[in-house]
Amino acid sequence: MKIVVKLFATLRQGRFKIQSGIYPEAAKVQDIVEGLAISPTDLGIIFVNGKSADLNRVLQEGDTLSIFPPVGGG
Amino acid sequence: MYAWIGQILRVNLTDATIKKEKLDPVLRRNYIGARGLGSKLFMDEVDPQVDPLSPENKIVFMTGPLTGTLAASGGRYNVVTRGPLNGTIAASNSGGSFGPELKYAGYDGIIFEGKAEKPVYLWINNAEVELRSAEELWGRNVPETTDMIKQATHEEAKVACIGPAGEKLVKFACIMNEYNRAAGRSGVGAVMGSKNLKALAVRGTGGIKVADRQGFMQAITDARNKLKAHPVTGAGLAAYGTNVLVNILNEHGGLPVKNFSEAAVFAKAENVSGEYQAEHCLVRNKGCFGCSIGCGRVSRNRGKYKGIGEGPEYEATWGLGPNLFIDDFEAISKANFLCNELGLDPISLAGTLACATEMMEKGFIPWEKADLRWGDADMLVEMTIKTAYREGFGDELAEGSYRLAEKYGHPEFSMSVKKQELPAYDPRGQQGIGLNYATSNRGGCHVRGYMTSPEVLGIPEKVDPDSTEGKAALLKIFQDLTALVDSAGICLFTTFGQGLPEIAEQLRQATGLDLSDEEFLLAGERIWNLERSFNLQAGISSKDDTLPPRLLREPMKGGPHQGNVVRLELMLPEYYTLRGWDQAGVPTPEKLQELSL
Repeated sequence: MKIVVKLFATLRQGRFKIQSGIYPEAAKVQDIVEGLAISPTDLGIIFVNGKSADLNRVLQEGDTLSIFPPVGGG
Repeated sequence: MYAWIGQILRVNLTDATIKKEKLDPVLRRNYIGARGLGSKLFMDEVDPQVDPLSPENKIVFMTGPLTGTLAASGGRYNVVTRGPLNGTIAASNSGGSFGPELKYAGYDGIIFEGKAEKPVYLWINNAEVELRSAEELWGRNVPETTDMIKQATHEEAKVACIGPAGEKLVKFACIMNEYNRAAGRSGVGAVMGSKNLKALAVRGTGGIKVADRQGFMQAITDARNKLKAHPVTGAGLAAYGTNVLVNILNEHGGLPVKNFSEAAVFAKAENVSGEYQAEHCLVRNKGCFGCSIGCGRVSRNRGKYKGIGEGPEYEATWGLGPNLFIDDFEAISKANFLCNELGLDPISLAGTLACATEMMEKGFIPWEKADLRWGDADMLVEMTIKTAYREGFGDELAEGSYRLAEKYGHPEFSMSVKKQELPAYDPRGQQGIGLNYATSNRGGCHVRGYMTSPEVLGIPEKVDPDSTEGKAALLKIFQDLTALVDSAGICLFTTFGQGLPEIAEQLRQATGLDLSDEEFLLAGERIWNLERSFNLQAGISSKDDTLPPRLLREPMKGGPHQGNVVRLELMLPEYYTLRGWDQAGVPTPEKLQELSL
């Protein structure tokens, strides 16, 4: 299935900004995070289609996964 | 006397007299400092119905007990007055080194009253304090004013001043200290302008005593270690500054576009993001006094908007960018530099421009007034200058979005609460920030109870942004804790990494006050209720605890929160109850007694 993965801030270093990839059916957020070698301490915010998600979230065809390191502001 | 100096200055501008007065110890214990103590001193002396721009209004500069100490990010001071933008109690907070310098000179704060006959500035050189003529400074912008005062006084003097916007009584004029730090909101700069008070310059070489030196060192070491270890305060904020929020809020679907009239998703967000700024414009990070975070940015523009300056921060970037449909980061940055130089609040400026642009597009304001179009970066830069100097249509923009929209018969296009323009979060994507906007004691504001932290950033823990459940209780804690933090004299951003136990311990060790964590938080609640009491006496009440009709009735047009409105009616009654207020939003006698008010 096709998933769009977006990375932000420091997670882009050595990786990419946005990439569309083909993943096996029932792939989880964790599978993609591990595939990108993102360590758990670098994980802050995870959105699937703009809604908060955790690592166990099972992805579906056409989903957009956005991953941020821990950040704040205001 | 520990942590506080115990002395304030009273400057009567009408008769040019300066007095030194002692601080009441009971007030210190109950209202801590800065925002809380400044508000208490102000309220004891000023009629809540006062005309904000009259000589009868006063303006209080106040530091907190941790200001100028080694506490993490302890560089803050507050300016308290009745704000001209909306008549609420305005406590406007700024960083830099001005607050610490004031304490080193020997003062916790300054109360200005009356009105000078001609422009003046106050020069504080430790124990020597004098009013000096500012006639040569009047009309000059912030960098020129600051440079000239430093030259005339001391090269190490810390200067807080107004620019042309404050002189021209622009309703959202700032007070700028050390060139680029701002007491930004609610128009406190216009109050200085109305008093012919151009600036304050301070040179202080004294120190601050703390109650228990060893205990304090331990408390600040613990707090600083915690900030260093936390991924946000230790690394995240420094790496990309506050502008890292552009992409986050955009992905979340809460980045308002075109005056909140469209889905809160900006297709070109990447062009105005913290990532873009870091790659193309960042010169270096900059921290305030005693700060280990360093979220500030020194930024450089090339091309037609060439220049160097500080910022823009997230709120300014959003307002001057996506909310006006502008995706040129350098143009946004240029407008922000101009706001710093001219002394304007970019959030209210941008909200007013967005309101005007939508009303022109809909035919409610004639195009002859100004040719405002979505996405017109050159017009943004031009109108920033015109607003500061009240030239042409800028004179109408200078009144803020609510007065502008009301003048042309459609106040509903003003995206403001209590006449103060909203910041950078569409509350249809975050129910809790909607309740915060509606109940903030100074109107549209994000730094009174930053619900974006749990609702979007997941700090301290993630809550469902679309749910109304539990939001009233969470917001109350955020509002009370923020009131305490602002009153202590430390930066709100430290609360991403430290909580009440660390803050209370630093306060205990510095001041010697024997108060528990809960009692310090209760001081925050007391301050919140004090501000509420002022607003009620000023005629601002539950009828004003609301949001622009668009956010309550027009469903979000797209994005992750499509179809949502803010369900304020589900949250507000619970909020009043939890606060110990009646359903008219008035604190009950029992609550006032509990808080010793």
